[in-house]
Amino acid sequence: MAEKEVKLMKGNEVIAHAAIRYGCDGYFGYPITPQSEVMETLMEEKPWETTGMVVLQAESEVSSINMVYGGAATGKRVMTSSSSPGVSLMSEGLSYLAGAELPCVIVNCQRGGPGLGTIQPSQSDYFQACKGGAHGDFHLIVLAPNSVQEMHDFVADAFDLAFKYRNPAMILADGCIGQMMEKVVLAPQRPRKTKEEIAAECKSWALIGKTDDRERNVITSLELKSEVMEVNNQRLQAKYRTMEENEVRYEAIMCDDADYVIVAFGSSSRICAATVEMARAEGIKLGLLRPITLYPFPKKPIEELAARGVKGFLCAELNAGQMVEDVRLAVNGKAPVEHYGRLGGMLFSPDEVFKALKEKLINR
Amino acid sequence: MKETIIIAGFGGQGVLTMGKILAYSGIMQDMEVTWMPSYGPEMRGGTANVTVILSDSPISSPIAHEFDCVVVLNQQSMDKFESQVKPGGVLIYDTNGITHHPTRTDISIYQIDATAECARLGQAKLFNTMILGAYLKVRPVVAMENVMAGLKKTLPERAWKMLPQNEEAIKHGGEIIRQVR
Repeated sequence: MAEKEVKLMKGNEVIAHAAIRYGCDGYFGYPITPQSEVMETLMEEKPWETTGMVVLQAESEVSSINMVYGGAATGKRVMTSSSSPGVSLMSEGLSYLAGAELPCVIVNCQRGGPGLGTIQPSQSDYFQACKGGAHGDFHLIVLAPNSVQEMHDFVADAFDLAFKYRNPAMILADGCIGQMMEKVVLAPQRPRKTKEEIAAECKSWALIGKTDDRERNVITSLELKSEVMEVNNQRLQAKYRTMEENEVRYEAIMCDDADYVIVAFGSSSRICAATVEMARAEGIKLGLLRPITLYPFPKKPIEELAARGVKGFLCAELNAGQMVEDVRLAVNGKAPVEHYGRLGGMLFSPDEVFKALKEKLINR
Repeated sequence: MKETIIIAGFGGQGVLTMGKILAYSGIMQDMEVTWMPSYGPEMRGGTANVTVILSDSPISSPIAHEFDCVVVLNQQSMDKFESQVKPGGVLIYDTNGITHHPTRTDISIYQIDATAECARLGQAKLFNTMILGAYLKVRPVVAMENVMAGLKKTLPERAWKMLPQNEEAIKHGGEIIRQVR
């Protein structure tokens, strides 16, 4: 196998290749545009004949997320993918996975909503992904790729974080990143974890067969004694604070001397990077702060930019204003924070963002 | 060097594949590339388009609002994209079914009768590579050896027997394209 071969692939295809190459044990999914190429590619690659990875088309998203629950309970590396309406169907499962502290990866290749909406790119599931997205006090770890290469790399990162914290991790992409083709270098094939490796890593909690030297493990989110449930919640919250302390990832482009800063994630951040180029060509000191982890959110670097005297922030996202709330909390009144977005599956272009920046911040 | 191009026509004309060949050709020439389709409920007979960007440096936005070159393969695409050619840019179109010809005077305009030529040759499948050849004649952004390497990467192995015909079609497209403005 040529290890450094550069390929031209769609973001969705790359998710499938990355899953196989990073030693994923099982994928359970149900087709939906614009992410159907994930399972299509897996079915073409037939990893069950090579690595032994299971690929199964469930009868619905409700089934696939619960198959993920079952697989994750045994310490296996399992995942699913869907798009917005399908992820909504999974939300009960997400809450149970978070409650039972099961590591797994969910890919949401977002499309415009609400309801069945459109099949075009959107970022309108930010709240759903970052603020829990189902009942109970919980968080998913949320990674937002902005290139086809990151779609590949974040599969590994998502599994690593999911197992490090025993928490479901979501890759929050959208139809643009999923359908776009770019250069990608695929990782060399890693073997799947052996039974012994899974036992060594997960024996304190996973259902791998009880042995005489320990108590049985129980996977559940149910606890009828509220005193005990409060302690469970406190443990989860402590885990989330640790994530917030240690796992924040972001990219700052030309922020050091910036008078104005755009905050954008995923596909929007690619478009806004071009806006930064346009502004700099006109002598406007514009920077771009791109959150890579949406939860935990990069609050501190935004706080620091506001404290340093940035004159205004523009949050450009393909929704009606969701991440802007987190940016406002971080800026905490020290500078104006405006929002610019397109809705329902429409994309903005770099010059539209530039125009909004001028209207809302520079010339106001 | 950065070239932003949109190829637009009917589903089934090989629009997306032509974009993919061009993007893979760019990779063969060590360029950065993005390929962004209009995806959706498109089908044979519906409209389809793809934006391809080739660049010597990393590409920020895969989305553009104006193009260095627009390749138009039906009237609907002409109506939509003529206005999106950058001033000084290039518009290439296949004449088949075009009733309203482009009117802009600040861009270079080229015509090709590729649909008619493919019908004459009895080779409808070579339409998109003929268009690609016409484009490359006007905008030689990728060397021919890299185009052939990109074509081979794009086609499934079972279609490699068609490589010589496609190479001929690319050359022929370059021969029959003509500048009208």
